[in-house]
Parts: sequence; structure tokens; C-alpha cells
Amino acid sequence: MAYMHIGKNFIPHDVEAKVTGKAKYAEDFRADGMVYCCLMLSPIPHAKVKTLDTSEALKMPGVVGILTADDFPPTPEPRDPILSNEPHFVGQPILAVAAESETAAQDAIEKIKIEFEELPFTVDPLQSLYPGGPNAKTSGNTISGAFGQPPELKSVKWKAKDFADAGDDKLPMGEENGATWSYGDLEAGFAKAHLILDESFVTNSNATHSLEPRSGMAYWQNGKVFVHASSQSQSMVKPAIAGALTAAGVPIESKDVVLIAEYCGGGFGSKIVSYPLLVLPALMSKKVNRPVMMRVNRAEEFFLGNARPGFQGRIKMGFSKEGRVVAADLYIVSENGPYAGSTEHSSAAEGVSLLYQPEAMRYRGISISTNTTPKGAQRGPGQNQIVEGVDPVISKAARQLGIDQVTIRKLNAANNDSKIGGRQMPLSSAYQKEALEKGAEKFNWAEKSKQSGKRDGSKVIGVGVGQAFHPAGFSGMDGLLRITPDGILHIHTGIGNLGTFSHSGTSRIAAEVLKVKWENCVIERGDSRKHLPWNMAQGGSNTSNTMTRTNYVAAQDMIAKLKEIAVTDLGGTADDYDIGDEKVFAKADPAKSLTYAQAAQRAIELGGKFSGVEVPDTGNEQTKINAETMAAVQGIAGTGLVGVARDTLPRTGTPAGIGIAFMKIELDTETGHYEIQDYVGIQDCGTIIHPMGLTTQIKGGALLGIGMASLERTVYDPQNGLTGSASLYQSKPPGSMDAPKNMDVDAVNLPDKDNPLGIKGTGEPPVGAAASALLSAIADALGGHYLNRAPVTRDMIINTLAGQPDLYKHMRINSN
Amino acid sequence: MFKDMMPSFELLMPSDLGNAVQLAKQQGEGGWILAGGNDSLDWFKDRNKRPVAIIDLAGIDSLKGIRETPDYLEIGALTTLTEIENNPVINEKYKLLADAAAKVASPQIRNTGTLGGNICQDTRCWYYRSGVDCYRAGGDTCYADTPEGMNREHCLFGADRCVAVSPSDTAPALVALDATMVVVNSEGEKTYKAEEFFVGPDVEITRMTVLKNGDILTAVRLPAAWAGATFYFEKVADRNSWDFPLVNVAAAMKLNGDIVEDIRIASSGIQCIPRRLTVVEEVVRGNPRNEDTAKLAGKSASRGATPLNFNHFKIPLLENLVTRAIRDA
Ligand SMILES: Cc1cc2nc3c(=O)[nH]c(=O)nc-3n(C[C@H](O)[C@H](O)[C@H](O)COP(=O)(O)OP(=O)(O)OC[C@H]3O[C@@H](n4cnc5c(N)ncnc54)[C@H](O)[C@@H]3O)c2cc1C
Ligand code: SF4
Repeated sequence: MAYMHIGKNFIPHDVEAKVTGKAKYAEDFRADGMVYCCLMLSPIPHAKVKTLDTSEALKMPGVVGILTADDFPPTPEPRDPILSNEPHFVGQPILAVAAESETAAQDAIEKIKIEFEELPFTVDPLQSLYPGGPNAKTSGNTISGAFGQPPELKSVKWKAKDFADAGDDKLPMGEENGATWSYGDLEAGFAKAHLILDESFVTNSNATHSLEPRSGMAYWQNGKVFVHASSQSQSMVKPAIAGALTAAGVPIESKDVVLIAEYCGGGFGSKIVSYPLLVLPALMSKKVNRPVMMRVNRAEEFFLGNARPGFQGRIKMGFSKEGRVVAADLYIVSENGPYAGSTEHSSAAEGVSLLYQPEAMRYRGISISTNTTPKGAQRGPGQNQIVEGVDPVISKAARQLGIDQVTIRKLNAANNDSKIGGRQMPLSSAYQKEALEKGAEKFNWAEKSKQSGKRDGSKVIGVGVGQAFHPAGFSGMDGLLRITPDGILHIHTGIGNLGTFSHSGTSRIAAEVLKVKWENCVIERGDSRKHLPWNMAQGGSNTSNTMTRTNYVAAQDMIAKLKEIAVTDLGGTADDYDIGDEKVFAKADPAKSLTYAQAAQRAIELGGKFSGVEVPDTGNEQTKINAETMAAVQGIAGTGLVGVARDTLPRTGTPAGIGIAFMKIELDTETGHYEIQDYVGIQDCGTIIHPMGLTTQIKGGALLGIGMASLERTVYDPQNGLTGSASLYQSKPPGSMDAPKNMDVDAVNLPDKDNPLGIKGTGEPPVGAAASALLSAIADALGGHYLNRAPVTRDMIINTLAGQPDLYKHMRINSN
Repeated sequence: MFKDMMPSFELLMPSDLGNAVQLAKQQGEGGWILAGGNDSLDWFKDRNKRPVAIIDLAGIDSLKGIRETPDYLEIGALTTLTEIENNPVINEKYKLLADAAAKVASPQIRNTGTLGGNICQDTRCWYYRSGVDCYRAGGDTCYADTPEGMNREHCLFGADRCVAVSPSDTAPALVALDATMVVVNSEGEKTYKAEEFFVGPDVEITRMTVLKNGDILTAVRLPAAWAGATFYFEKVADRNSWDFPLVNVAAAMKLNGDIVEDIRIASSGIQCIPRRLTVVEEVVRGNPRNEDTAKLAGKSASRGATPLNFNHFKIPLLENLVTRAIRDA
């Protein structure tokens, strides 16, 4: 189909400000009388504050106030508190000091007298699960509670025999705490399997390291709170701020929150909606009655920026002679940090069920609390770390069965009729096989796979294929559009500016449906005073699918209203009219027309639903427009022709976002150093909206995946809970020099059936695909030696090449 | 803990060396010499070092630039790593140093980081950098050399309470080139051979060099004797840029046909000082440069190494790098 906008490149409106430095991030704002606040962090992994004396600090010049945990009602377990008198990890904020300058605030912190009572701690789930092992919290080490019930902490210990049976290299498997499902006949599957692999693996936690730390500025004026925040989302954050302030003892309604978050220097899931520091400047501002700037530093961003939970996992997989996965038995222990964390072992299991379509599968999982930085969703939560453990097992099976790496993956690939998860739910589309085929062709797998193991001096070639999945769509959000009498189409979007340009990409669907030139469109976003509709939080590869649906339904509402106005003014019935060239015109006599500008003027005159003075209320929770959208419509009522609708389009199944990656590396066997020579990334993301945006998503995701698989270090000393990864130079995310020499990306570009334009999301799978491809390529270069660990760091490769044992206890987490 | 906010201090900006020396003497214990600031500022921002006054050398032109004399090439301590990387004379005669400088960190850091600062920089032991009260910080314990200490980056040789390593890429090149360091204080000028300049914890546990309060490194001299020799520099790190060496190797060899008449070779990342590999030199000196000599040299490099919990990978790595230095130079 020939589109005006879809599938075409454009320059997003925020690019220039970003590259010229004109873009204002939260830290760039100032207000009259503004003071600065700094955090005092815990040096101990678990302790109770015994005594706290702030009197000298308060007397320091320039100090205006101190906020401690005692200023708020207690945070209910297992939620992550803003400040705490019982710190649960090194780096947790105990209190905050506000002063005329940051220097004064830090000087004051040094004057605070504090005594701790040290408590037991652990940085390794398996240590905590061992009989008599320490719990990260006084109340237990795992969160339980049935779905919908308030979570409850309890203590789980496995049996010494579980550990003894497993030995050092296998994951022991004790009580799983309710997170379990299965389908098919597992025993029969293993019984008929030609090959069974039983692999234990470890994936480290990954800090998020958003380039822009979660700095913020806030002040109160006329009963409203103004929050400048670093947020990857927009609409959903405003009521979340109201909720968090209210919970902290400062009651406020969402309508009285002004959220300014026009730019965001990365969130990767760690700034999806709310996070504890989000409301700290507003709370301090309330207390000291001055605007408050909180500049979060690099190390604080490490401590407080949410990390991806690491997994200690085990998968037993049965394969037929041809390579079909006939049975899969998965167990995951998740390193969950001290608070609610993320029970993403379940999404990991779902990912395995989709990508390999096992004929029978069982999943068991448990999250164990640890005294490490809080955990939360990070780009592909669960799905991306599990493929680091499991996809190389497919490579290993292919080697042992003598099957080609692409063939085995195609044999197990998901398609439109495939199912997902324990309940074997349907999909709206999945083109995994097509993605593998497209990638194999682009990469020239047929030729390059022959180079596997080829030596040139000290160098050896390794090749690998990787895959990852994420569900890529959501329903039930609202779309809001407006045409003003100057003929401009205003696309109101509550999507954040995560850096993906999807605020613009998804907005172009409204322009497409309404056939409006892009230069006649304005995107209203980034500031809640711009009247933004209730939109999805930007995350979970959901934005593209979800928010193209909302803009589609709002545009349909707009078209219906344009036709109604034409009927009112020019006679006939709605069916007599069509739109084009920014006009509504009579099909029989195109000269009989109203321009969009004229229609907008008429809408203002007609009032009612046309100009948003009235908004139809369906009275049904499942179909009615959200209160936030209602408020936004009220804000623009009477200024033009308003199109507003909730997405109630059908949803027949999970839209499967699938990423495929191919890698070729050249490994120097004397130094363990390798160069990634070729990378190809293919995405099954439905119809392509914005080729350039897609390219940057896949390539950027691949870089993140390369970091997870090989470079990014997360190190905790189990003796004292200190971390050796708090700086960027210590934790080592990949830099530009670590990127593959050649990077080539593409998409399957086949439509999803549940989106009117066939669109699915992209954001997450390229990460896991690249990570698993690299792990397989390294193992291939090592002659089929699978290290079952992520990251595989330089030292592990050198030890393997030298035939020395690795001194890491295999199942230990966050040790390299 | 990580503060990212400097305390207040006195900033002194002398415009000539005499003035700087005088200020350094006056300030004594509370003084801190500042060159490019890449290391210094981290310490100040985290408040883990608390100088009273900072003596910024940036305004002293005599400490900048590269001068050739018949006996040596003199590089001012304030010369940036980028200048060294690009200098034609260094590239022609002492390429080892240009290669080493080019491997430091990232272009941004090389643009401001100085040669003096690079060889005087403190160790990167992550415990020490996080502000703990270890031996090197004046305390009475080492966190890294413990039963479960995370010491992947730490030393193979020369442990004495502290097991930290020299993080510098240029330092082993200077040892291999038999450089001389020129140090000035209120009592006058003194020169040190590169090997004497760097000190281990057995000599002084809270310092990495001979420099004491009041001392200023003014220049590094590369002797003409090693100009134009056969050189080899290689660094292995986790990342391809912006990363300290896990192990590096710097070698200078004088060849006569096939025969290695003389050799100096050193490594960082394995000891608190850039370690001169004298055993390797003995094994190689006077022998033909071939695969056998290279292999033997490699094996001998790790003699006496005592690995910690997580750093035994440095043994084969060091051996292989030394083998390559002899074989591939
Ligand atoms: C993220 C990062 C990565 C890095 N990676 C590498 C790497 O890969 N390889 C590597 O070799 N280095 C690396 N470095 C170190 C960097 O190169 C050095 O920090 C830098 O060279 C120090 O030089 P400077 O001029 O900035 O010194 P400064 O920070 O100003 O000084 C460093 C120290 O030297 C002292 N000093 C400096 N000049 C003199 C003088 N003339 N007389 C007496 N004392 C003096 C100072 O008092 C201070 O103690 C890295 C640094 C960072 C921050
Ligand atoms: S190795 Fe040295 S610097 Fe590191 S903790 Fe031990 S004493 Fe301190």
C-alpha cells in the first residue's frame, strides 16, 4: 500500500535541540530562590540507624532543611522507600539535606552524626537459600502472596541435600514459592528425546546507567506542584506523582500536578512511571518552602537507578533427532534486590515458551531478596537475560546433533498459529522463521558459517545466531487530536521522550489517516499543561503498536466529525463525503468541500462534541475515555475540531516482537581479545513506521546486548556488600570502539493483524538477540566451549584458552 | 562514599616553576599538585582526598613541550598524551611511548591528561577508590587481599599488605626506554631512573612514586641510547577504549640481524609499580629472535607470580604478551 508517511524517514522535531544542546533536561531548569539538595547514602548493606543527630548540620551556613524517613508515613513492604532508617544496600539514601549550594549541602552531611546497628546481609540468592543462610531483610527473603493479594515477605530455605545433590556447577532446585506452570506431558517429552541437555547458567544483574541521571527540580505555587523530572513516560507519571506525594503525607490530586518532562536522557525501563526519587524534590520543597534542585550523580544513578535482576537458572531441554524441542524444564532464581523488584522470571519463561515452542514445558521460579541495588524492569525484563542462558543451549544442541544453527532455530520458530506461556495463549502475529531467513540471507550465513573455527595465526573465527522476544502491544489507551482554524493538526500525545522518536513516529499515523502534510502537524507533548491524553507508559516495546491504535481511532473520530460538519453545511449524508488534500469533499462533486481550517472554525461555532465542549461518556469502564483525557479535552475545548477516542479495537492475541541477530567474531587466542566483524539484526515488528528510527533501535539495542553478554561488569564483595561497579569506567558498558565493524539491520515488514496499520513494537528484542548471538559466537570460537554465563569477560576467555579452571564458583552471581 | 561535590580549597596558579616550588614547600602536607586533573578531580569530588591548597601547574609554560638534545629527548611533565601520540620526533625515535600514550583511556582524556599526571596517577583499586580505610588510605587492613576479595584487577607480584597495581600505560614504556625523571623541590633538582621513580608498598604504602610533598616532576628524559630501537607495545583491557590495562607490555630491543643484543621490557597491571621483567631480559639477551626464544621468554615472565582469588588469568596473559613482544616486534 502506498502511504504518505508510514515507512518514510523524517527528522523528528526534537533532534535539533538535542544535537545543539538547546534541549532542556530536568537539571537545566532554575527557579527564583532555588536551593540544592544532596543525599546521604548508607555505607553499609543492611543496618538500622541507631542514633541520628543532625543538629550541627542544621547550624551550618546555607543549610535550609533536612528531610529524613521520619518525615513520611512508613512505606509499606515490600515497596522501595524514598529515605530509610533501615538501609538495605550500600548507597541507599538515609536522608537529604537542602542548602544554598551543593557544597554547603555536602559539607553539612559531613557534620551529621549517625550510628548504625549492623544487620545480617547477603548479595547472593543461593547463599540466602542455604539452610541457616542470611536473609536480606529482617522479615524474610522472598515475596509471596497470591495474585491480587497484598505481597507478604517470608523466609524460604532449601535443604542442604538440594545443594549437595546439585554440586558446585548445577543450580539446586528447592521450593519455588508458587511461581510455576506447565503444559504438555513433560516426562513423555524427555522420554522420547534423542538428546537431553541439562544446563545451569548465571546472568549478572545489569545497572541501567541512564546517561541522564534522575535529577529533578520542583516547587509549589498556588496549590499546584511543578515537577521537572527525568521520565521516559508522560501521561502515566502525573497521577503517579500525585499518588506518591499523597502516600508521603502530602495529599494532592493529579489535576494539581504539572509535569514538565520534554526530554529524557534514557530510562531503559528504570523511569517508566514512578521511582522513589521522583518526588523527593517536591517533598523537600514543601518542607523548606523553596524550589529544590536535586542533582543525582553518576554513582547515585547506579545505586538508585534500578538494575536488571540477574538470574541463576537451569534448563533441561530435550531435542528430537531433527532438533525439535520436545521438552523444556526451566528453573530460575532471580536476584531481586531488597524491595519489590521484578518477578521477571515469569516473563523469561514466557519468552522461552514462545521462541522455542517446546512441545511440553514446565517453569518454576523464585525471587530472592538481596542487599544489592533495587531491581526493576530493564529493556526486555526477563526476556533478554533468559536468552543469554537458553539460546546458546540451542547452539550447543545443534552442534551435538550436527544440525545447522539456523535450521534448528527455524524448526522451533513461532508462527501466527503458535501459542505462548503456561496457558498457551494465541498470538496476533509471529514471523520468527521469516526473520531468521532474512537474516541468514543478509549475513550470508551459508558462506560465513563455513568459516567457523578457521584459524589465521593466533586468530580464530566464531559465528553465532541469537534470538529474543518481547510482547509488543497493549490496548485501552486514548487518542486526542485537534485541528485549529489555521488548518494545523495538533497531535496530543502523552508518550514520553525516551529517545526512540516514537512520540513522532506514532503521531504520523494520525497525519496518515487524515491525509495531512507533515509540515501542517504539530505534536503537543512533554508538558502536562499541553493537555495530554491518557497514553501508555513508554516501555515494554508497546508504544508503536498501542499508540498507533489510539491515533488511528482518534483520527477516525475526527473524520466522522468532519463529515458531519460537511453534511450540516453542504447537505447530503456522511457517506457522500470523503477526505483528501486537507479537505472534506463530496465524492460526486469535489468542488463541494470544506477545508480542514474551515471545518475547525465551524467546529468552534457548532460547539458540543465538535469542539470538545462535550465528550461522550459511554458510562462503561471498559470503553469510556479516561479522566486524564477528559481533563485534557476540557483544556482545549472550544479551540478547534477535536477528535478523541479510546482504543477499543479488537485484540486477538499477543503481538510477538521478535529479534534475530547474527554475529561473526575474530578471537585472538593469545589475548582473549576479539573483534566483532559482522553483525546483522532483523526485527519482526510488523509494518515499519520510521526506517531510520527502527535502525537506531536495533543497532542501539545490539550495543546494549553486546555489553550484557561480554563487557558490563557487576561486582559485589560478599564480605561487605561493597560494589566495584558504581562508576561507568568500572562497570564498562560498551563504547563506540566496541561496536561491530559492520552493522546491518532490517525488518521482516509483514503486518500484525490486530493493528489497523499492521504495526508492532521493536524496542527490546534486539538486545537479547545480539547478546545471545555474541555468546554463541564466542563459544563457537572457543571450539564449542559454552561458558553458560553472562557476561563472558576477558578473563574467562583467557582462562578457557589457557585450559585453566575459572576461579569463579560457577553459580555465584555478580562476581565478574 | 561517592559525593561528586568538591569541598572548598585554595586554588594557587603559579606562572613559573620557581613560584610553584615555593608554594609547594609552603603548603607542605596540605598541598596538591594539579596537572590535567583527570585523576585529581575524582579524588576531590568524592572527598576522599582533602587538600587544603591546590597548586595548578597549567600556567607554567616551561613544563610543556618536547626538546631534543644530543643525549636525550626531554618531554615536559605537562605535555599532553595527545601531543606525545602525535609528535613526529617521538614517533620517529621512541614510537614505543607514542604507541603507549595512544592507548590511554579516550581522546578526551588524552587531550587533557599529561605525561606527568599519567605516571604519577594513583592506583585504581576499586576498594581504595570507594573511600575505604585500607592500608593505602592510611588504615590498617586490605580489602582486596581477603578470602573473598574481588581482586580480578590486582597484582601477581610484589604484594606487601597492599595488592594494588600500577594502572599507567606510559609508565612501562618509560621503564623500557630507560627514561630519567627530573624532580625539583625547594632544595634543587634531582633525577631518578624510571625504575627508582616508581615505588611499591614495601617502600611506601601510601604513595606510588618517590615524589613527596613539595616535589614537582618537571620532565622526563628519553636517552638517545634507545632511540630508534625495535619496539613493541600491547595492552589488553576489557574495552577497546576508555579502559585501564588488565596487563600491558612495553619492550625495547636492539637487534643485530637475528640476535637480540639488548632488551628492556616492562609491564603494568601486575604489580604496584611498572614491573621490569629482568628475567625475560636475561633469557632473551644475546639469543636469536625466534619462536623458541619468544616462548621461553613468555614462560619466564610469570616466574614468581602469586595469584589472588580472581586474577590468575593474568599469568597466561602476561606470558602471551611477552611472547608476542619478542616474536612480533
Ligand atoms: C576514566 C579514566 C580512564 C583512564 N584510562 C587510562 C588508561 O587506559 N591508561 C592510563 O595509563 N591511564 C588512564 N587513565 C588515567 C589518566 O590517563 C590519568 O588520570 C591522567 O593521565 C592523569 O593525568 P592528569 O594530567 O590529568 O593528572 P592529574 O589528575 O592532574 O594528576 C594526577 C596525579 O599526579 C600528580 N601530578 C601530576 N603532575 C605532576 C607533576 N608534574 N609533579 C608532581 N605531581 C604531579 C598529581 O598531584 C596527582 O596526584 C584514565 C583515567 C580516567 C579518569
Ligand atoms: S589493594 Fe591496596 S589499595 Fe586496595 S584495598 Fe588493599 S591496601 Fe587498599
